[in-house]
Amino acid sequence: MTPMTEAQNSLAIANPKMSARDVKVFYGEKQAIKGVSIDVDMDHVTAFIGPSGCGKSTFLRTLNRMNDTVASARVEGEITLDGENIYASSMDVVQLRARVGMVFQKPNPFPKSIYENIAYGPRIHGLAAAKADLDVVVEKSLRRAGLWEEVKDRLHDSGTALSGGQQQRLCIGRAIAVEPEVILMDEPCSALDPIATAKIEELIHELRGRYAIVIVTHNMQQAARVSQRTAFFHLGELVEYGVTSDIFTNPRQERTKDYITGRYG
Amino acid sequence: MTGPAILLLLAGLGAIAWVSARTRALRLQTVARASGRRDAVHSLPGYHGWYVALWTLIPAAIFLAVWANVAPGLVTQSVLSDPAAQSLPADAFSRASVLGEARAIATGSQAGAFNPQSQALVEPYRTATTKYGVAGAVLALLLAFAGGAYAFTRVRPDFRARTRVERLVMGTLLVASLIAIITTLGIVASLLWESFRFFSMVNPVDFLFGLKWSPQSAAMGYGNEDAFGAVPLFWGTIFIGAIIAMVVAIPLGLMSAIYLTQYASPTVRKWMKPTLEMLAGVPTVVYGYFAALTIAPALRDFAVAIGIHGASSESALAAGLVMGVMIIPFVSSMADDSIAAVPQSMRDGSLAMGATTSETIRKVLIPAALPGVVGGVLLAVSRAIGETMIVVMAAGLAANLTANPFASVTTVTTQIVQLLTGDQEFDSAKTLAAFALGLVLFIVTLLLNIVALRVVKKYREAYE
Repeated sequence: MTPMTEAQNSLAIANPKMSARDVKVFYGEKQAIKGVSIDVDMDHVTAFIGPSGCGKSTFLRTLNRMNDTVASARVEGEITLDGENIYASSMDVVQLRARVGMVFQKPNPFPKSIYENIAYGPRIHGLAAAKADLDVVVEKSLRRAGLWEEVKDRLHDSGTALSGGQQQRLCIGRAIAVEPEVILMDEPCSALDPIATAKIEELIHELRGRYAIVIVTHNMQQAARVSQRTAFFHLGELVEYGVTSDIFTNPRQERTKDYITGRYG
Repeated sequence: MTGPAILLLLAGLGAIAWVSARTRALRLQTVARASGRRDAVHSLPGYHGWYVALWTLIPAAIFLAVWANVAPGLVTQSVLSDPAAQSLPADAFSRASVLGEARAIATGSQAGAFNPQSQALVEPYRTATTKYGVAGAVLALLLAFAGGAYAFTRVRPDFRARTRVERLVMGTLLVASLIAIITTLGIVASLLWESFRFFSMVNPVDFLFGLKWSPQSAAMGYGNEDAFGAVPLFWGTIFIGAIIAMVVAIPLGLMSAIYLTQYASPTVRKWMKPTLEMLAGVPTVVYGYFAALTIAPALRDFAVAIGIHGASSESALAAGLVMGVMIIPFVSSMADDSIAAVPQSMRDGSLAMGATTSETIRKVLIPAALPGVVGGVLLAVSRAIGETMIVVMAAGLAANLTANPFASVTTVTTQIVQLLTGDQEFDSAKTLAAFALGLVLFIVTLLLNIVALRVVKKYREAYE
């Protein structure tokens, strides 16, 4: 592995959950990510910030190989999960995505009942054999997603009938239901109102420690509120990665400072 | 003066009107602008040009259209008032034939007369034709001048020529769309009227629920009872169009749509989709003889070989299979659209949970796209049961009520063709039955289309 540059890394992470080394992503001829190296650990929430088009979402999607669904995308470099290269041919993408879950920008519940939305993952991965087991998984997931009290009496109503914030928590619950180790969140609050956003942020706090959480956001206050580690991306590069409070109060890179203080973005 | 010459002349007048009105408007507007009042100028000079040109052309064109219908009558009138016409036979038929011959000689489409009376009338015919031709031309030109002059006097800077031209454009478009609607209404009305005549001869209940179809026996004078039971036809139509054809078309169409939307690389899709859609461009008569000459004999031989009795060389199966192939592009392109309309986020959500592509298709995409697919299938059914050429060539004429796909059945469209081809009297129950069958077919396909469009529309709204 090529070492991380000094500028990028102010963190010594002993036992990273996921690490990326010199990752480059191309869309056809265009290079979207220009050699990013980063470690993500289990105990902290990691935020990716940066101006629109800086590649933070693209990079996030390489972590569970969602870029595979884009025909023109090509990934170089190495990304490991518990030391195992996820782009190796021995890695089964289905297994990978069961371990690295994802929540999207716009809530995207399936047009099925709330129960079926949560049960979807456990069913396809064979995690619950009997109906009773499945009921347990559904309740547990909805409780962890902070949605149980609101929906326990209408589990068989359509998931699309919920409010935007509830839909997003349903999607988080859906991701939790397959017992992932890492949860990737791609601007999970950008389509939500402030109250729903606050609930999601609270939920992220509660989930911390149980799952490694990586959240992409272009809301810097949100990054400051929910994360302990922050990575600043700009023009496809990882400019600076460090403890969130350091990044926001004492950035070491000029570009980070300009972005934090609102010079551009 | 000949027709084309007048039209050319009118076109020339129109062009002159356009140019002169535009020039005048331009000059007047320059003057008006110079006076500094911007609101004094309403329309661009070109609109004034069009306004005057249209006033020149449209009244004259309408007049010519009317005149072309009225003039022949006037010519005949004047020929009949000629002294040479006094000796014409009294009965209308022979009189018309003499006049017709005279006209043919006068216009030069016939060289000489068989009937001396015609020869005598040629000269009066020529005179009258010329007279009314010139009169028509002069009147048309006068109208053109009058219309043009009237419009030309209205060209002023503040005249709202644009509004009027736009209104005329709208009117023209309205007329164009009304023509299609009125034609449809006319067809429906004639269908209803002829069906009504049929049902005054045959009891509608016997027609709709009768099990025996033998219109020939009615035509041969055995009476209308028991001859027009259309159930075997309805069954044949459903058997071929809605059952056999759909058994072929739904799985193949759906699977090819899934492959094209979910698995195929962009290059493959770019080639395969148009190729598949080319199936829809093959003339149905080609499918017809493919079914009749290739598939049907092969199927019969196969049926005989495996020991099925009653295998016919005009089997329901042959027609249905080929029709199914013909329908594939309909099903597949509708299914393609509805699958593509399921938001990408739905697909991503499923894949990100670790579902495979085929699990995603089965559990998320197909359920979400189902209403659209159903709509497409209903449209395909309505297309299949109205399809004529394949069944005429491959399905046979025997009105059997059978579920054996190797036997011969007949369909509504086949029977309509049978009832109306050849020399037929158009007031017997036998020919009128064709209209009643047409009416039933029309109502069924209309209902299918309405339901299908509703389903598709409702589903589209769900994701917008």
